[in-house]
Amino acid sequence: METLDTLILSRIQFAANISFHILFPTITIALGWVLFFFRVRYAQTRDDKWMAAYRFWVKIFALSFAMGVVSGITMSFQFGTNWPGFMETVGNIAGPLLAYEVLTAFFLEAVFIGIMLFGFSRVPGWLHMLATFLVAFGTSMSAFWIIVLNSWMHTPQGFEMVDGVAFATDWWAIIFNPSMPYRFAHMMLASFLTVGFLIAGVSAFRWLLGDRSREVRAMLKVGVAIGALLIPVQIFMGDLHGLNTKEYQPAKVAAMEGLWETQAGAPLVLFGIPDEAARTNHMAIEIPGLASFILTHKWDGVLKGLDAFVAEDGTVMHPPVAPVFWSFRVMVGTGMAMLLLSWAAVGFMWWRRARHEGRMAGHWLAVEGLPKPILWALVPMAFSGWIATLAGWYTTEIGRQPWLVQGVMTTEMAVADVPAPLVLGTLITYLAIYAALLFAYIGVIAYLARKAAKGDDGRAIDMSHSGKAGVMALSPAE
Amino acid sequence: MPDFANPADWLPWAFASLMGFSILVYVVLDGFDLGVGILFPLATPGEQDKMIGSIGPFWDANETWLVLAVGLLLVAFPQAHGMILTALYLPVFIMLVGLILRGVAFEFRAKARAQHKRLWNRLFFTGSLMTALAQGFMLGLYVMGLEQTWATYGFATLTAVFLAVGYSFIGAAWLVHKTEAELQHKSLRWARESLWGVVLGIGAVSLATPLVSTRLFEKWLSFPQVLYLAPLPILSGLLIIWLWRMLRAMPFADDRRSWLPFAVSTALFALAYLGMAYSFYPYVVPERLTIYEAASAPESLFIIFVGACVVVPVIAGYSVLAYTIFRGKATELRYD
Repeated sequence: METLDTLILSRIQFAANISFHILFPTITIALGWVLFFFRVRYAQTRDDKWMAAYRFWVKIFALSFAMGVVSGITMSFQFGTNWPGFMETVGNIAGPLLAYEVLTAFFLEAVFIGIMLFGFSRVPGWLHMLATFLVAFGTSMSAFWIIVLNSWMHTPQGFEMVDGVAFATDWWAIIFNPSMPYRFAHMMLASFLTVGFLIAGVSAFRWLLGDRSREVRAMLKVGVAIGALLIPVQIFMGDLHGLNTKEYQPAKVAAMEGLWETQAGAPLVLFGIPDEAARTNHMAIEIPGLASFILTHKWDGVLKGLDAFVAEDGTVMHPPVAPVFWSFRVMVGTGMAMLLLSWAAVGFMWWRRARHEGRMAGHWLAVEGLPKPILWALVPMAFSGWIATLAGWYTTEIGRQPWLVQGVMTTEMAVADVPAPLVLGTLITYLAIYAALLFAYIGVIAYLARKAAKGDDGRAIDMSHSGKAGVMALSPAE
Repeated sequence: MPDFANPADWLPWAFASLMGFSILVYVVLDGFDLGVGILFPLATPGEQDKMIGSIGPFWDANETWLVLAVGLLLVAFPQAHGMILTALYLPVFIMLVGLILRGVAFEFRAKARAQHKRLWNRLFFTGSLMTALAQGFMLGLYVMGLEQTWATYGFATLTAVFLAVGYSFIGAAWLVHKTEAELQHKSLRWARESLWGVVLGIGAVSLATPLVSTRLFEKWLSFPQVLYLAPLPILSGLLIIWLWRMLRAMPFADDRRSWLPFAVSTALFALAYLGMAYSFYPYVVPERLTIYEAASAPESLFIIFVGACVVVPVIAGYSVLAYTIFRGKATELRYD
């Protein structure tokens, strides 16, 4: 019983830490590239609005980056404090992947972010642009290595087990394991969508506060355009990822679909309350045959149900159904809301462009075209990417249980023998700190937006390349 | 020396060296920015902004050395990583909370509204102090072979205090170089007043180490080893005397050699660290697990080794670039 308690508490603690952590890389991965875009546009056009956009978002980048670094350090220690069995069993594979993440990505970002943040007036323009590029590149590289390791835990290959320890036999197969390309693409798109909606939401907030500056228009358009362009791609990619999961982790797909029995022409369960004890869904609303059609592209295709993953002696080797079922629906639902809102926003800005700015002025989209309700809807959607990303990660990670590395080791095998009350104590402290920091983080973004909307963020000052006249110092006045 | 014809022999040795190097770099680099955090409440608000400016462009990269060190421990010596970190569960947790608090407070204080700035300042100090104390506590327990008794806790509490004071010392030495006028005078005073932490810290670890086990006693105090090793404490003593005299005479005219206290402190830290490395080799978990027993498969280590050989010099290169770009006296940080 003692070990079970420690197991559950350690899992909750790790889940809490990694959930908190992922929020910030999700922002920095794509925001780095968006900042690079702003920086390049500024270099091309010398239009101050791009530099103003850069300066506004680089602060939020710095804050998110710091949150990501400190919560990331926590993760690297928790492998040892709570999950020593993981590295003892698969360390020969996970080790080099993590090492390459630190060596090729972490240092790159951490060193060049200093130049990116504070170097504008100290280094030549090209070096500042290069630093911005390297930081963006570093965050993406970091995502790549982490996704490689995570994907390998879902679809392991290229190794052999000797005396219960994994040894690498083919690094190419390990890195390009079957689910890696889908998961990496899915995560990168998730990051861009998160940032698109964050930028759109914060800019809409500024607009609603009366900010009519040129950069707020540019930012609003960029944010909405990222969302509208990428959400269909993401839905398509999600579908491909699902098909890949069906092939390698059918138990996860069965849990996502709430499918208890193996059957031909399986229905799509739109809503239902999965009941693990009775092994059925209550109050289910289903569309006949649709799940089979989506996953096999045939109306009468056969889908494996959860019953296929219960051993003869009754041992359950499939994930807990309700959390996977629900988080999948939250992810898809959020995605649909993103699709509707971003397309509606682009539609209004495009249809009404002539009335406001007009194509003659070279503007394809007019922010004035946005009706108030759309603008108000964009504001709470600023953090919709977080919800979808977390829900997606819960789907895939809980969906892998009871395995830690699919088919190789269970989560229970990895946990440390730390007294349960100690884990509970640290867990509660982490939760309290994370809740407070999240509150402060969102509060600071809202504060920066308000301050920028009021126009006292130094927008009126000299934006020339030397930047010497800037009063944007981090002085007590700020 | 290891046998370079046998990968199972030299790879663990190479990784232990690389990990040791990372820890040393971390202790010096994050040591100075943690130290600046500990000294924070002693300065006026205007000086605080300058102090933040002196570490702002560097702290992210400084902490990355900790990630590299613990990452190398994790990937090269997975068993040791598990043993050490579960034994140090609570101090590691306190250190992590400290690192989280100071890292985010650093960013928040610059961006939050003015009336919240004091709260973030306080958290920046608290986080820095917690981190330093926790690291010192871990150092003490490690030296005591990870034994958990009241005596070892007592020793660890002492090293916790000494390391925190030692970090404020190297932080002050950094500020002597990066600041001028009134703040530089203050920093010199802080450095003089915290030198005892370094002296007592090195002294406590040096005196305690031979007493922990007969192996260590033999290693240090048997003949002729004691002769070969004698330069280590003698040199350390000379460096301390030099530091003391220098700190009393500074600042020199035209701010000459303002970098010297930091450089000498770094040398002193390195010497103390070398002594410790000599004590523990070949153990990674003191008296329990050697680096050869704890090492990952040679094939996996080799893959990382190749990458590290290419990347570590590059990292060193662009770190030097960053320090060069932000050389000179610290100003308030500007996002432009």
